[in-house]
Amino acid sequence: MADNGDEEYRIQQGDYVVLKRGDIFKAVQIVPKKKIIFEKQWFFLDNAVGNLYSTTFEISSGGILQPQKLKETGNPSDLKEAGTDNRNIVDDGKSQKLTRDDIETLKEQGLKGQEIIQQLIENSSTFRDKTEYAQDKYIKKKKKKYENTVTILKPSCRILAMMYHGREPGKICHLRYDTLAQMLTLANIHAHSKVLVFETCAGLVLGSIMERMGGKLCRILHFRVSFNSLRMIVVWFPPRAGYGSVIQMYPGGGPVRAGVESFGFPAHFHDTLHEFPICHVNALLAGELDTTAKDPTAEEKLNLAADEEQIQPEAEQQGSPEEQNMETNAAQDQEKIEKEKRREAKAQERKVKLEEKRKKLAAAAALLEGRNADGLVIASRFHPCPVLMTLLKFLAPSRPFVVYSQYKETLIECYTKLKEQGGTVNLRLSDTWLRHYQVLPNRTHPVLLMSGGGGYLLSGTTVAMDQSKPAASQRSEEPAPKRQKVKDTEG
Amino acid sequence: MSFVEYSDCIQDGDVAIVYLSHNSVMPVKVQQGAQTQTRYGVIRHSTDLIGQPYGSKVTCSKGGWVYVLHPTPELWTVALPHRTQILYTTDIATITMMLELKPGSIVCESGTGSGSLSHAILRTIAPTGHLHTVEFHQQRAEKVQEEFAEHRVDHLVTVRNQDVCKDGFGVTGVADAIFLDIPSPWEAVGHAKAAMKRQAGGRLCSFSPCIEQVQRTCQALVDQGFEEINTLEVLLRIHDVRTVSLPLPDFGPDCRSDGVEETSPNYAAVSLKTTTPPREIPGHTGYLTFATKPRT
Repeated sequence: MADNGDEEYRIQQGDYVVLKRGDIFKAVQIVPKKKIIFEKQWFFLDNAVGNLYSTTFEISSGGILQPQKLKETGNPSDLKEAGTDNRNIVDDGKSQKLTRDDIETLKEQGLKGQEIIQQLIENSSTFRDKTEYAQDKYIKKKKKKYENTVTILKPSCRILAMMYHGREPGKICHLRYDTLAQMLTLANIHAHSKVLVFETCAGLVLGSIMERMGGKLCRILHFRVSFNSLRMIVVWFPPRAGYGSVIQMYPGGGPVRAGVESFGFPAHFHDTLHEFPICHVNALLAGELDTTAKDPTAEEKLNLAADEEQIQPEAEQQGSPEEQNMETNAAQDQEKIEKEKRREAKAQERKVKLEEKRKKLAAAAALLEGRNADGLVIASRFHPCPVLMTLLKFLAPSRPFVVYSQYKETLIECYTKLKEQGGTVNLRLSDTWLRHYQVLPNRTHPVLLMSGGGGYLLSGTTVAMDQSKPAASQRSEEPAPKRQKVKDTEG
Repeated sequence: MSFVEYSDCIQDGDVAIVYLSHNSVMPVKVQQGAQTQTRYGVIRHSTDLIGQPYGSKVTCSKGGWVYVLHPTPELWTVALPHRTQILYTTDIATITMMLELKPGSIVCESGTGSGSLSHAILRTIAPTGHLHTVEFHQQRAEKVQEEFAEHRVDHLVTVRNQDVCKDGFGVTGVADAIFLDIPSPWEAVGHAKAAMKRQAGGRLCSFSPCIEQVQRTCQALVDQGFEEINTLEVLLRIHDVRTVSLPLPDFGPDCRSDGVEETSPNYAAVSLKTTTPPREIPGHTGYLTFATKPRT
């Protein structure tokens, strides 16, 4: 049954999706008649609407997407003719008879990827001498080059993390996806918690955290009333739904969240998202942040002054014609009235915006003041030490925190400062080593290229701060400097 | 207290984690009138634990102290009593992300084992998801069910004592994600496919220590039409922060061409804050194979 509550699995207009071909991903939005470039091909996404997610499409001429009919089974090399080794194969670059132009012609004739590959095989003088495995490899390589398919996926943390790491690692401080995975788990991100985030990873970390928090959680229950097939939909909020929150601490003028858009969260997810500018953190910690509504007249005066400055140049332009044209006085009076109206409208708009901003700030401050956040995640281009030492103050005791840094030294500094200050246990500086494998019969081995590094993490748990000086630590967590012993004793 | 939701103070009936030192944590079932022995002395639950905030420092009878922490799946993984070899946080974190787990996910798992991964899954899918976990060993199945109840997560999980390779997961067409950690995962791939939701996008993960198991599993996945089949391994590297002192060599007084002698440096060593790797690290836990289910 097509429409069986399937809507959430179908591509809709306006959805944020991820295009995929092989290992290449790209995040885009489904916008009618918009030309998309992906992997050197142009196409339109209009035809995708209504199809299920994870459908693979073929890009036919004109950039129209067609859902792929059958799974393309059957290797073109059903010839079964193959060699045993490459001792007689000479790589002189002349074994392919088709030229670049020939192939272009084939493409223009509208030949599908599979058919082009078949042509290449038939016109290769060495293909049948290759071993079966070499033939497989050759076909895979040509498929990668000539098959013009694209799969449309529903965005997820996994897909977006891999995409950013592959396409724009600089934007995410070179955070590798498995490191992000570690962060989300070590910080115990889960629904109903209050998490503080400080990141400059284009919103990828923030979005991933939001995904794991689940937004305003509700379960949608469907009931079917049999006598007249009425479908009743009940939305049930489990107790304490919506109590979870994510507070983004941001440097500068405003929070950067472009990456969050790519997750395609439903609107209610944003109800649990707050932001707070770090320039007010010290004031908040000192109890001196004033988020009450300011004197409205004073603000208005400021705004009016700003408005007048804006209008000045306009007035100067119209100065001379105004002087010359006495006959159009009435028209000019009308203009003046309209200008006045617009100015007032603008001032009103600004008032409303400022009030909203103030309310948001007050809401975020209220969440922070209690200093009872459940988790802290830091991943930014800023030196993590001051960020960590300051934001830790907002955490309740017995709660986890995770700091990411591209560079180990900064985390060594954090570790040292935390040890001096006390109030944390279970400190661990780590990184992960990630290796992919090719698994094929008789051809299983690790993949040739490996990621050189994915960044470092410092994780720990807060505890009640010791009231007495933590200087005399009962037991040092740092292992004693090694002495030249023959045998180490295991704990 | 629950493993899926924080609370502020320790209460009778909670399971708390006592942190003794960097490599030493132990679980404690908090009970009015009970006592727990540690190497630093006795902890008296009624006075030292009940009513205290989580994260408090507790001084034991011998004078030594410990911290009492709110349980998390990560702490549980290092504190739990092993009935089988378990999965550690590094693999668990990778699995959680690659299976796209989140609140509301329906997950099937086999074998349950000691419940290390199970607790992590429950934390991630709470409060609207569900875990169907299958364990063929009766005592282990019973023990883990007890623990889920004690940890106040039993409403989120169904434990079935059966053989997943013969009888499947006990549900069909509902799972968003499947996890297999069994000796012959290729025998369960068909059942996994049946348990998964019909729409495409369901994720599967198989964990196997041996490469031969991985090869057979990948073949089964290909045969069953799975896509995006990917095998990887993740290893944790710990960096121990240390201050080291390196002595400076003495090459004798520095004689310059104009005949002026410089006195040798008066410091004999340089102090350095750096990290060193542990002597031995886990070099292998298992291979993780992931795949996506197409539409059926």
